[in-house]
Amino acid sequence: MFLEVKNITKKFGETNVLKGIDFGLEKGQVLSIIGSSGSGKTTLLRCLNFLETPDTGTIFVDGDCIFNAADTGKKSSAEARENRLSFGLVFQSFNLFPQYSVMENLMLAPKLRAKEEAKKKRLKKATLNKMYAEIEKKAVSLLASVGLSEKHNFYPCELSGGQQQRVSIARALMLDPDILFFDEPTSALDPEITGEVLKVIKGLAAHNMTMIIVTHEMNFAREVSDKIIFMDEGVVAAEGTPEEIFASENERLHHFLAAFNGDAE
Amino acid sequence: MSFWDITLELLSGFGFTLALFILTLIFAIPLGLAISFARMSTIKPVQSVTKVFIWVIRGIPLMLLIFMIYYLPGLLGSQMFNVFDHLDRYFTGVSGSLELLRYGSFLAVLIAFVINYSCYFAEIFRGGIESIPQGQYEAGQVLGLTKSQIFTKVVLKQVIKRILPPMTNEIITLVKDTALANAIAVPEIILCAKDLASIKAIVWPLFYTAVFYLIFVGLLTIILGKAEKKLSYFKA
Repeated sequence: MFLEVKNITKKFGETNVLKGIDFGLEKGQVLSIIGSSGSGKTTLLRCLNFLETPDTGTIFVDGDCIFNAADTGKKSSAEARENRLSFGLVFQSFNLFPQYSVMENLMLAPKLRAKEEAKKKRLKKATLNKMYAEIEKKAVSLLASVGLSEKHNFYPCELSGGQQQRVSIARALMLDPDILFFDEPTSALDPEITGEVLKVIKGLAAHNMTMIIVTHEMNFAREVSDKIIFMDEGVVAAEGTPEEIFASENERLHHFLAAFNGDAE
Repeated sequence: MSFWDITLELLSGFGFTLALFILTLIFAIPLGLAISFARMSTIKPVQSVTKVFIWVIRGIPLMLLIFMIYYLPGLLGSQMFNVFDHLDRYFTGVSGSLELLRYGSFLAVLIAFVINYSCYFAEIFRGGIESIPQGQYEAGQVLGLTKSQIFTKVVLKQVIKRILPPMTNEIITLVKDTALANAIAVPEIILCAKDLASIKAIVWPLFYTAVFYLIFVGLLTIILGKAEKKLSYFKA
């Protein structure tokens, strides 16, 4: 397995939000996580991205342990930062940096990293400038791939929600994450513009980007996923291919999906 | 005394006013930032001590704080020594001036102003920093930025944009508070005017001082307004 998550638990005060999550994912696959509000989906995603520290559990990527609850504290913060970059995260509320233009949003983190590297390796100024040029080239091509070539110098406040979310996807891709996570990427958008964001995600899936998507868009999950996890009260209540999930006899899952179909009608 | 002579006389007092204003800003802004960090510290004792300190300083009239700083060292010393008074005499001696130079007293006022204003600034800074959405920090974190990079590259400019209007208010108040320096005889502009009234029996310069304040506050309003406008290109 490319990604192996084992026994992730998380408690907030007395509430057990995650009660031992296990799953795996192959490279190039797309996993969707569905479930009602409060089922722990978002907490799981935040744990996987180290925005919350799991109480127990391990995370392996490509055979390397990038998190082990049993030996945290031993790792240096630099190492923790390195590990974090195996994953990219696209937020529900975009979280673009408002004071930077679209291009600057994309280039900020990679440029800071390049600068640090140049300092550490005592690289010449010219080499650093070459690295910056590479970063700029990459940002231009990523913006083109999300259909925002004319928006380089726009500020986030001048963009629609859908455009902002596409910028934030491009920003997450700038650091070449092994796995890209999405936290309800269309929940903050008007229904008529969710399509443009979903199209970008589908495009990434077609290019075999490994992705984990927390979503309420059932049709989208069915179309794009290789695998779906249904979470309920902090556990993985059902797991399988889209066909298996949508045909499942699991009562809770059945109930959950029925509620969605009810909504649609 | 001609109008020109009186203008020059008042300008010399305004020098003290300006010096107090600028030096207070230079020292109170960094100190205020440090106090705001202490106030937001996750270490409970640090947080509580800072909270009490801010409460005390903001609760004491600035004039009283000036008296405390000026007189307390003398009262605590065995010979009723006042270090600030000593400094006044020392500077006067060095310069050979016939009048007593109030540089020591000025220092006492400056210390009081820096302590007082850093506490007000700290609370403004805290309000600004805490108003930045958590998502901005998290976005920086998942992009692998360090804590200090997140503060300087992501959060700081947004904080400056948010605190500029309350800071403008506080800075204008500071200009006028400098008049309190005359409580311990630092010859700032209003004390100069008062001296003219009592020694030379010319009263109108006292009202003329308002022009100096108005011009200076007008300039500050324009400059800070420009800064605000410069940051209006983004929404945060």
